[in-house]
Amino acid sequence: MTSDPNKDSAGPPPKPASPQPASPGPLPLRHAGHHEWATALDHRDRTWWFDCIARLAVLGGGLSAILFIGAIFVFIASQGIDFALHHLNWLDFLFGKRWEPTVEPPEYGALPLIMGTCWITGVAMIIAVPLAFGAAIYIGEFARGRQREWLKILIELLAAIPSVVWGVIGLQVMKPIIQHVFGVQVGLNVLNAGIILGLMAAPIITTIAEDALKAVPETYREAAEALGASRWQVIWKVVLPHARPGLSAAVLLGIGRAFGETIAVLMASGHRLMIPESVFDSAATITATIAAELGEAAHGSEHYQVLFVLGLLLFGITFGINLTADWIVRGRRSRA
Amino acid sequence: MAEFTHPRTRIARPANDGPLAIEVQDLNLWYGKFQALFEVDLQIKSGIVTALIGPSGCGKSTLLRSCNRINERLGYVTTTGMIRVLGHDIYAPEASRIQVRRQVGMVFQRPNPLPLPIRDNVLFGYRLHHAGRSSRGEEDALVESALREVLLWDRVKDRLHQKATTLSLEEQQKLCIARLLPTKPTVLLMDEPCSALDPAATAAVEDLIWDLRGNYSILIVTHNMAQARRASDECVFMLMGRVVEHSATEDMFVAPQRRETSDYIEGRFG
Repeated sequence: MTSDPNKDSAGPPPKPASPQPASPGPLPLRHAGHHEWATALDHRDRTWWFDCIARLAVLGGGLSAILFIGAIFVFIASQGIDFALHHLNWLDFLFGKRWEPTVEPPEYGALPLIMGTCWITGVAMIIAVPLAFGAAIYIGEFARGRQREWLKILIELLAAIPSVVWGVIGLQVMKPIIQHVFGVQVGLNVLNAGIILGLMAAPIITTIAEDALKAVPETYREAAEALGASRWQVIWKVVLPHARPGLSAAVLLGIGRAFGETIAVLMASGHRLMIPESVFDSAATITATIAAELGEAAHGSEHYQVLFVLGLLLFGITFGINLTADWIVRGRRSRA
Repeated sequence: MAEFTHPRTRIARPANDGPLAIEVQDLNLWYGKFQALFEVDLQIKSGIVTALIGPSGCGKSTLLRSCNRINERLGYVTTTGMIRVLGHDIYAPEASRIQVRRQVGMVFQRPNPLPLPIRDNVLFGYRLHHAGRSSRGEEDALVESALREVLLWDRVKDRLHQKATTLSLEEQQKLCIARLLPTKPTVLLMDEPCSALDPAATAAVEDLIWDLRGNYSILIVTHNMAQARRASDECVFMLMGRVVEHSATEDMFVAPQRRETSDYIEGRFG
């Protein structure tokens, strides 16, 4: 609340916070100022109420995140926990090489899915990390002004492309290219899915890595340059070592992204339920398997439940990755 | 202030015609469109401490930062004129910034050791300029002599592998001086090196600067009149981007030639 009459005179006459005492017509400005000052002592004006409500609304938003993650976990666990604890042979589940839930007797060996996920994520990271770090270093250390802003916007746009579009690119663009370039029969394979996932994860890694580079104090760069370091020596010897925790977190979050991606991988990987032996083999991932099979599994059946166990596994892995990333970043802050 | 707008530098070449550490000729400098330095002419003699004094924003830091071209980091700086360090034009097209910075070390306002062990901080500049690997023994010797020169050796010799950022501010600033020495610079630039330090640490660093005098030519920017008076041989008074007066320190403080100088020294403005 301002009590400065000059300020009031600049704009339209101020709206009083509460109904004005009987006063015919607009008050002289000096008066208006006095009036506001007087009511400002009663702090429960419109701003105060607005603050209250806004605070509650924001608190609700914050709590809802906790609520939803809890509810999702409970739901997944409730669907799969009984089977996981009483009927599932965990050794066979984790190390069995055959995933045949629909034949009699069914086999629930998830190793092909786990290996498929790991292969594809691995290829994705081999592609994404150099690209993303290169982009982050360019944006953070070399690009200036407008160029830098444009690059950042473009990279955010890249992150906003729907995953089904990426899947179509894998299916329609990458497949013939891979067949042609490597002379292989099957174009939907680990390599294809890896490239697609790599391109999908790169923007996230770039954004977080750039933040990590930006967090390196400017004084370090200045000190190193004053000692005669070239631009690249500054980056290599000072900036990157100092940003290492943030960069690791960026990679981990990229891995988390790649792990959890479903539809693009389902479309590009060929979805073959066997352990891949090279990047040219088709493969299946945990996520794609859940997406492909949940619709046809009878509600409450063993097959249905084991898919939820897969979901729990996935949940655990991504949760672990994110926690580790968080821990790395926090750990370095508290040390610094 | 109108009377101050056209002070021109009229400084005769110093009487003792020793070699010049830094020679500035007709230097103009712009940050974008803002002109920060006007026609600066200056001759800094070798082997002595020269203090740059003047009110905030008068261009003394800018002038200092032009002498090792660290100003160019900003990217929107335009410079005309010439600066020679030991006779070499550092703004010549063929001059390499990296060689310039090897010759001209810089100490900053806030101690800025790199987040590396003490030993690696001392060796940072040396390793950049020294092609090929040097033996551990050579490096140890360099570290010891540099740290001895700044009177830090006895305090840190047992923890050379500790991070430099764990040292006290005074020790950090001394380390920042020490890490310049292995590349054997001739000129040391210091941008208010004591302004982040407490009085005891200030005294210690001043003593150190005074000790280094002779081996190095030192150009020091300071806000602190008393410091300029007790820890410099010559003084340069700057005002609004121009050099107003340059004389031996005792002359400047006892008998300033220009009114602006005496007004500033006596605290009438600034």
